[in-house]
Amino acid sequence: MSFTLFMILVLNGFQYGMLLFLIAAGLTLVFGVMGFINLAHGVQFMVGAYLVYAFYGVTGSFGLALVLSLIAALAIGLIFEFFIFRHLYDRTHLDQVLATFGIIIFLNELAKVIFGPATLSIDPPDLLSGSITLTEQLRYPIYRFATIVAGLLVAVALFIIVSYTRVGMLIRAGATSPDIVSALGVNIQRLFMIVFGVGAMLAGFAGVIAAPIFAIEPGMGDNILIVAFVVIIIGGIGSIGGAFIAALLVGLVDTLGRSLSVELLSIVFSPSVANQIGPALASMLIYVLMAAILIFRPKGLLPARGVA
Amino acid sequence: MKNLRTSLSAFALCAATGTAAMAEDLKIGMVVTLSGPPAALGQQIVDGFQLALDQKDGMLGGQKTELVVEDDELKPDVALLKATSLIEREEVDIVVGTVFSNMLQAIFKPVVASETFLISPNAGPSTFAGKNCNPFFFATSYQNNQNAEVSGMIANDQGFTNVFAMAPNYQAGRDNMVGFKQTFEGTVTDEVFTPLGHQDFSAELARLSTSDAEALFTFMPGGMGVRLVKQFDAAGLSDSLKFMSVFTTDETTLPGQKDAAVGFLAAGTWAPDMDTEANNAFTSAFEEKYGYIPGSYAMQAYDTANLIDSAVAKLGGDMSDKDAVRAAIKAADFSSVRGDFAFNNNHYPIQDFHMLKVAKRDDGKFHTSFVNTIVEDYEDSFHEECQM
Repeated sequence: MSFTLFMILVLNGFQYGMLLFLIAAGLTLVFGVMGFINLAHGVQFMVGAYLVYAFYGVTGSFGLALVLSLIAALAIGLIFEFFIFRHLYDRTHLDQVLATFGIIIFLNELAKVIFGPATLSIDPPDLLSGSITLTEQLRYPIYRFATIVAGLLVAVALFIIVSYTRVGMLIRAGATSPDIVSALGVNIQRLFMIVFGVGAMLAGFAGVIAAPIFAIEPGMGDNILIVAFVVIIIGGIGSIGGAFIAALLVGLVDTLGRSLSVELLSIVFSPSVANQIGPALASMLIYVLMAAILIFRPKGLLPARGVA
Repeated sequence: MKNLRTSLSAFALCAATGTAAMAEDLKIGMVVTLSGPPAALGQQIVDGFQLALDQKDGMLGGQKTELVVEDDELKPDVALLKATSLIEREEVDIVVGTVFSNMLQAIFKPVVASETFLISPNAGPSTFAGKNCNPFFFATSYQNNQNAEVSGMIANDQGFTNVFAMAPNYQAGRDNMVGFKQTFEGTVTDEVFTPLGHQDFSAELARLSTSDAEALFTFMPGGMGVRLVKQFDAAGLSDSLKFMSVFTTDETTLPGQKDAAVGFLAAGTWAPDMDTEANNAFTSAFEEKYGYIPGSYAMQAYDTANLIDSAVAKLGGDMSDKDAVRAAIKAADFSSVRGDFAFNNNHYPIQDFHMLKVAKRDDGKFHTSFVNTIVEDYEDSFHEECQM
């Protein structure tokens, strides 16, 4: 294992972590602030990817497609909130899980009906399509650097909004004691709607920037949702800062673990045994990490104050 | 007494309609995957079979044919349920299925136990090729290990000495790895197993770029293949490394991979541009009808329909004598679009394998293109264990 390879892996881990953060940020706010389990959050990631595919095809410009996709993702989030989720806030978690699971199935099938079952792909925008030479053979696409920067910008913006603005204050207050905030004349319903819409938009944004790297296919958000849940549990439910740190941690552990597990195991075991258990162990690693962190910090790394 | 008489007459009625249906109509049940990301594969099989049926005016072997298509949803329990209902409720004469080997394993036992013929248009697991071969089972595709074995031969032909091998961590992935190593004479520098449905290959590609390999051998069907090829190309590895694969760059994934895959090597039994009369007729008719270039899945389904057609014609439509039906199918008296085709003692095909290369057509569509034949009349490695 050379140092270069290690640095490349760290870079990849960061990039994966940023993507996870964009998805987990919305999930942790919706879960933490409203106490609402939204399984359909992952499907918003898929929706974002299909939206940018469709708009890119129509407009031919990635920038324009990005803006249109964000607006559409926000609108779709608000529509779901208005027609479905609003009626589920006071219901049990089981009802929420069932309803949002239904939305997953519905949207996955809808994507298949409209765009077909085959895997689709789009090219990154011309401006970002270059690459940087890392080793003699390997080049690192600039687009991947751009996703890291985009993730960082969103993280800073969210942190400022939640910590220093009036809306952020209301979100934190609404999470702790919604009844009091409501009694003080704040429209808590509208506040929830904003949180929900922004969460959906962030997941859609993650889908948009992931589309040129990964393939676009029905059900692409299902697996990443599970990892996003791991991230918000490690980070502490309702905490943006926690989600950020946890996303990077999970991204790094997963990426490094997959490459290093076989090498580390072959120190102890024979190569064929290491090859058998290495990949299996690598895919368990983030769950092991979650369990280990929960033993020492049952509320996650940076729990949001006041969240029950 | 009255009761007895009604039930007797009802029985007689049933028997009458039953035999009438058997003598006149041929009923074929199909179990394929038509939902989720791999639905494109199942759709090719349905389209390929339907094309052959339509070309013969809905008749196979001169018999009016009814095709009942079921979706196994890539879930073994669903596949089992659908197959059982095809046998018991629809009383089909032949079951055609499946796309995936684990689905075939789910439906295999109930179908062959009911003495209904099962013909696989794609899945060719090693499990039914050796000791557990069955008189009621035929595969018109290949045996799963063969494509990877031929890839090993291609690597030898190309003079590769160091190859990096990567596959998803499940049965078919491990089978392909074993198949490749069986025939490849050089060194396998790394054997990497990724999770099934893997998203980001950057870690694996980084490892590949720092290894001494001159080529990558991989088996990444469906969306995984699209992601791998795009990321391989974006990392600039296409210039310095050769890309060899099975079921990774085919007609189902190329519309997503596009230019990134051009020039990549693959092993297979057929390519849409193979210049034979039967094949040209098939591909042009298929494209005209469905608007996309057929892949091997569609070709195998088309061959399956023609195989059934030849067998039924030989029997004059009488499907009652199972031994005669078996002999008629085993004769494989039809002209495969692949060229030479015969059944081995284990009812898996003996056929030629070729090296294929991804090419771009003048109209901007992508397909695999025939380069040269690697091995002729290739038998699978399990047929000797089959006592049948």
